[in-house]
Amino acid sequence: MRVNFTVNGRPQQADDVWEGESLLYVLRERLGLPGSKNACEQGECGSCTVRLDGVPVCSCLVAAGQAEGREVVTVEGLADLARQRSDGLSACGTPPGEAGHAQTRDTCSQSGESGELAPIQRAFIDAGAVQCGFCTPGLLVAADDMLERNPNPTDADIREALSGNLCRCTGYEKIMDAVRLAAARQSEGV
Amino acid sequence: MDFLRPASWEEALAAKAEHPTAVPIAGGTDVMVEINFDQRRPDYLMDLGRIGDLYEWEVGEDSVRLGASVPYTRIMENLRTELPGLALASHTVASPQIRNRGGVGGNLGTASPAGDAHPALLAAGAEVEAESVRGSRRILIDAFYTGVKRNALAPDELIRAVHIKKADGPQQFSKVGTRNAMVIAVCAFGLALHPGTRTVRTGIGSAAPTPIRAAAAEEFLNAALDEGGFWDNGKIITPSIARQFADLCSAACNPIDDVRGTASYRRHAVGVMARRTLTWTWESYRGTAHASEGVA
Repeated sequence: MRVNFTVNGRPQQADDVWEGESLLYVLRERLGLPGSKNACEQGECGSCTVRLDGVPVCSCLVAAGQAEGREVVTVEGLADLARQRSDGLSACGTPPGEAGHAQTRDTCSQSGESGELAPIQRAFIDAGAVQCGFCTPGLLVAADDMLERNPNPTDADIREALSGNLCRCTGYEKIMDAVRLAAARQSEGV
Repeated sequence: MDFLRPASWEEALAAKAEHPTAVPIAGGTDVMVEINFDQRRPDYLMDLGRIGDLYEWEVGEDSVRLGASVPYTRIMENLRTELPGLALASHTVASPQIRNRGGVGGNLGTASPAGDAHPALLAAGAEVEAESVRGSRRILIDAFYTGVKRNALAPDELIRAVHIKKADGPQQFSKVGTRNAMVIAVCAFGLALHPGTRTVRTGIGSAAPTPIRAAAAEEFLNAALDEGGFWDNGKIITPSIARQFADLCSAACNPIDDVRGTASYRRHAVGVMARRTLTWTWESYRGTAHASEGVA
């Protein structure tokens, strides 16, 4: 079957999609967006986390057909999302919850080819929160969503927001540091 | 495999009548796991995500009509007052990502004995609104679970909503697992005090082939609270009553040994949770009773 949806602000069409296929598979294997990682395929690890109509979900548990007409933001679109947020605009294309009124902007890049980073990505690098990097995209999407909703999170808020993302390298301390750093920079307007 | 995408509830019922083997998918947190792991290859996958009605709830006089697909996140955020037990249980479901997608309709459809919503629904009192092209019916929650991952739905029926009694007293939910997030319950316990009817209801998860109520324990506690005049005098429940209640809750279990825990551990833990949730809810009831006495 054919699936039409918006990814990082750009209308996309995937053909020959198997009916039982996950959104994750379509993103990685059909649209060439390998940022979202494929690990557990059962919603345990969070490494495939994307925003679906603004809401963080495990893309391995969304049937591709369920994404028809919806807005998806992957880790590749985080920098654009952050820039538009700081420009006072919402997500690439449409604000969450207003799907169907899509206005694609040329500034929305497909895969972050501009080389620009979102503040949360910069904070992960600066805090040394990346080791093997496999869990990082999911953590970035989840952390970015939390900071959008809750600009001044407590440690408990951060732990809860990231409780669906497993990291097997770092022991989470540097990840906590990174999110605290991003929150601090956000509140300072840096 | 065919992907069905009904645009309305009526279309969904018609599709389910035409294809009774169609597997409904909403949040996908159960169905997609089985598909990803090659454990299920349905002929038809039916996406209920376009049916807005399933994502809405209405707070009525005595009950809440909760659309089948209302995500756990919404329940936690919006229904904590009306459905405190279910809100607590919802908060223990997996992770934010899963709670953003999964809902009570899926929990009921899967009917796993480990489903987190079940003990809360049993304790609060609920009815499942099931519908087919033949008509709509309400299934009492006590009669809904018919076996391990089996429920009372007919092949052509879909779950439209759950009608859950609004809390008329304190409710609690307790769950045993190795960590707070991403845990399938080793066992779970829900308890609701109903001062209006002077009854207590329970729900036990993951400790029998289906979610169950501890009927004998409820009966004992109702009689003991009545005899002691506890609902009126608001006294502390005596340790012997709490112990007997806990023992009867343990005795209601019919657990198995599996990777998550042994049968005897589950029996023991259910008793501990029964005693604790009784203490928590009763303390809360006494506090409220005391406060209103002061006002009067």
